[in-house]
Amino acid sequence: MKTLGDVKVGDTATIVKLHGEGALRRHLMDLGLIKGTQFKVVKVAPLGDPVQITVRGYELSIRKEEAAIVEVR
Amino acid sequence: MAASQLHVALAGNPNCGKTTLFNLITGQNGYVGNWPGVTVEKKEAKLTSDKSVTVTDLPGIYSLSPYSPEERVSRDYLMGGEPDVVIQVIDATNLERNLYLALQVVETGLPVVAALNMADLVEKSGDKIDVRALSRSLGCPVVMISALRNTGIDELIAEAKRAATTEGGATEHRFDSAIEGVLDQIEGCLPGSVPASRRRYWSVKLFERDADAARALKLTDANARKVEQLVAQCEKDCDDDAESIITGERYAVIAHIIDGCLKKAPARMSTSEKIDRIVTNRILGLPLFILIMWAVYSIATGADAFGTAGTDWVNDNLFGEGFELFGQAFPSIPGAIEGLLVSAGASPLVQSLVLDGIVAGVGAVLGFIPQMFVLFVLLSFLEDCGYMARVAFVMDRVFRRFGLSGKSFIPMLVSTGCGVPGVLATKTIENEKDRRMTVMTTTFIPCGAKLPIIALLMGAMVGDAEASWISPLFYFLGVIAVIASGIMLKKTKLFAGRPTPFVMELPSYHFPSIRSWWLHIWERVSAYIKKAFTIIFASTVVVWFLSNFGVYEGAFGFLPAMEGIPEEFTDYSVLAMLGGAIAFIFAPLGFDTWQATAMSITGLVAKENVVATASSLLHIADGTETDPNLWTAFAGMFPTMGAIAAFGAFNLLCAPCFAAMGTIRAQMNSGKWTAIAIGYECAFAWVVGLIINQMYNLIALGQFGIWTAVAFAFIALIAFQLFRPMPKWAWDDDRQVAPAGTAA
Repeated sequence: MKTLGDVKVGDTATIVKLHGEGALRRHLMDLGLIKGTQFKVVKVAPLGDPVQITVRGYELSIRKEEAAIVEVR
Repeated sequence: MAASQLHVALAGNPNCGKTTLFNLITGQNGYVGNWPGVTVEKKEAKLTSDKSVTVTDLPGIYSLSPYSPEERVSRDYLMGGEPDVVIQVIDATNLERNLYLALQVVETGLPVVAALNMADLVEKSGDKIDVRALSRSLGCPVVMISALRNTGIDELIAEAKRAATTEGGATEHRFDSAIEGVLDQIEGCLPGSVPASRRRYWSVKLFERDADAARALKLTDANARKVEQLVAQCEKDCDDDAESIITGERYAVIAHIIDGCLKKAPARMSTSEKIDRIVTNRILGLPLFILIMWAVYSIATGADAFGTAGTDWVNDNLFGEGFELFGQAFPSIPGAIEGLLVSAGASPLVQSLVLDGIVAGVGAVLGFIPQMFVLFVLLSFLEDCGYMARVAFVMDRVFRRFGLSGKSFIPMLVSTGCGVPGVLATKTIENEKDRRMTVMTTTFIPCGAKLPIIALLMGAMVGDAEASWISPLFYFLGVIAVIASGIMLKKTKLFAGRPTPFVMELPSYHFPSIRSWWLHIWERVSAYIKKAFTIIFASTVVVWFLSNFGVYEGAFGFLPAMEGIPEEFTDYSVLAMLGGAIAFIFAPLGFDTWQATAMSITGLVAKENVVATASSLLHIADGTETDPNLWTAFAGMFPTMGAIAAFGAFNLLCAPCFAAMGTIRAQMNSGKWTAIAIGYECAFAWVVGLIINQMYNLIALGQFGIWTAVAFAFIALIAFQLFRPMPKWAWDDDRQVAPAGTAA
C-alpha cells in the first residue's frame, strides 16, 4: 500500500482511502483529505519530518507517522 | 434596545481573521475566561457600537465533530440556545476549506451571516467572488469584509442584527438523493420535541454515528436500532463508512457552490510561498531559526540592547538614585514616596511597610517591563505573521521525541522572558494533554527573574557573576528538566495515550495589523503588570510582615521598633522561625539553614526576591548579585559547592512565583491539575537537588550515607521511567476517541 508519506517531494498524488478510525481520521477528513482529493508534497522539514503538502489551495503540515493512514495512488 | 440583549457568536476556522474581527468590533474590553470544564479559552465582550449586543468568540475550529474540546464547546454553545445569530467568518482566499465549517454552521438552523474576510487579498490576487451567488447557494446573507483594513464591518453588523430578528427559512444543502432518502428516514425517528429548524442537523449527526448526539436526543431503543440499521445499510450500499460519506457529500456540495461563485485568476507563486522556500528550507531552515532567535534575544536582553537599556534606566533611576529630565532633577520613586511619608508624619512601621515591603517588591518586578516589552514586541510579531507555525514545523521532530509537539516550543520561548505569558501562550496547543504537560513543564525554563539568582550562584561558586560558561548550564538544566519530565510523565496514567497528531495548517505569511499586534503585546505585558500589582503586591506585604515581625525577649511585635534589638533583627522574625521549622526538608540537599529556606520561601513571591532576601538575611547592606561580599556570605551558608548547586537547582526548578502559579491555576481551570502541576515541580526540584548534593558528596568527598542510597534509588527510578517502553495500558484511551458507533 502506498501512503501519503511515500510520495516524493514535488510529486502530486490522489487519495484512495483513509484507514484507521477515530479522531485523527476524522480530523484529516475535516481538513479536506478525502477519497479522490489531489495534493502535492511541497517539502520535508529540515529534520526529515513532518512533511508539508498543498491541498485544496492551502498548506498543511503532517507527520509521516500520521500520513501512513492515508492510502494514495 | 438596551433591554433586549442580542447574543452574537463568532465562528470560523483558525487563522481566518476571527480574532482580528473580534478585537475590531468589541475593542476587546470583555471577559476572558475558560469554557466550563475545559482548558479552552472563552472570550466575550460587548459590541463597541452597540452595548446591547454581546459577542462571543468561539474557538477556531475546522468542523463541528465531537472529537476535540474546542469543537465540543462550540457545538454545545451553538445548540444551547443562547446565540441569536452566528457570524461565520470565512477566509475568502481559502473558500473551499472554510466553507466546510460554514455549511455545518448553517445546518444548525440558527440565523447565520457569513463574513467573507480578507476581501482585499482576494482583490489583489485577481480572483472574483460572486457574493450574491454565494449567498444564494450557501443559504445565508454574505458580506465582504476586511477586518485588517476595517471595511464592510458596519454592513456586517447591520446584516447580523437583521438576521437575528427575521425568521430565516432553513436552507438545506442537498446531498446525493440516496443519502437524502436515508436522512429523511432518520429524521422520522427523531423525537417530536426537536424543532423543525434543528431536525436536519440532528439527523446528519445521527447518520455520522455521533455519540454525543445520540445521548443528547435520548432516542428510544427501537428508534436507535432503526437508525443504526439504516446507516449500516447505507454504508454497505456506498461501500464506505458513514463519516466518510457525509464528509464526501459536504465537499461535493462545496465544489458545486464554488463552481457557481468563484472565478480564479491564473495561479502564480505567492509571496508566502517565496518566503517559505527560504524559511523552512531543508538546509537553511534551522540555522535561520537560530539566527532569528539569537537576534530577538540580543535585542531584548543583550547587554547593550534596547530592552536592557530600558530596564537599567528604570532600576538605576526610577527606583534608584533619581534622574534628570530636561535639566530638571527628579527624585527616584522610593525617594519621592519616602519624602511624602516623612512629611506626612507616618510612623516607622508604615514607612517600612510602604518602602521596604511594597515599593521594593513591586519595583523589582516593574524593572523588568522594558525588557519584557521589547521581547514580546518581537515574539508577538513572529507569531502573528505566521513564522511561529513554521517554527513548530521545523522543531516538531525534536519535541515529538519526548511526547510533545512543535507547538510546545512557543510557550517555552516566551517563558524565557516570563512564565506568566509563557503559560498563557499554551493556549495555541490544541491537544488538552499536551497543553497540560506544557503548562507543567514550561516554567522549568529560567525566566528573566531567575537570572539574578543564577548570577549570585555563579559569583558564589566561581567568584565571577559573568562566568559565561555557567549560565548556559542552568538553561541546559531547564531544558533537560522539560525533556525528562515530558518522557516520564508521558508514561504515567495522567498523560498516557498515543502521540498527539500533529496536523497543522501553515497559514500564509502576512503583516499583522498594528492593532492586533499591539493587543497581543499588551495582553502579555499587562498580564505581567497585573501580576506586579496584585499577587506580588499582596505577597510582598506578607513577606514584609514575616520578616519584620517576630518575638524578641518574649514580646511579639514590629521588630525594628523594639527596644534594644540588634541591627540584625531578622534573626528573630517569624520568617526565621518558619524557615527553621521546615529547614529539615532541605537537609538531604545540603542546605538546612533557616536563611536558605527563607530565601526559597521568598522566591515563591518573585524569584528575584531570592537575592534581596539573601542580602538582608546575611546582613550585607544593599547586596546585589554582583557584590563579592554577598557571594562570600552566601557561599558561607553552605557546607559544600554541591549544596550551592543543589540550592540553585531547587530554586530554579521548584514551583514558580505565585503569579505564575496563579496563571497555571487559570490555565488549567482545575484545582486538581494545578495541585498536580505544582506538586510535581516541587518534588522534581527536590529530587534533582538531592541527587546533585549527594553525588557531589560521594564523588568529591567520598561520603556515603542513607541519603546517598535514596539518591541512587531516585536515579534508578528516573532511569527506569525514562527508558522503559511505553506501558501497554497507555493506549487505553484510544477507545474514548473511537467512532461513536463503538463507544459506550
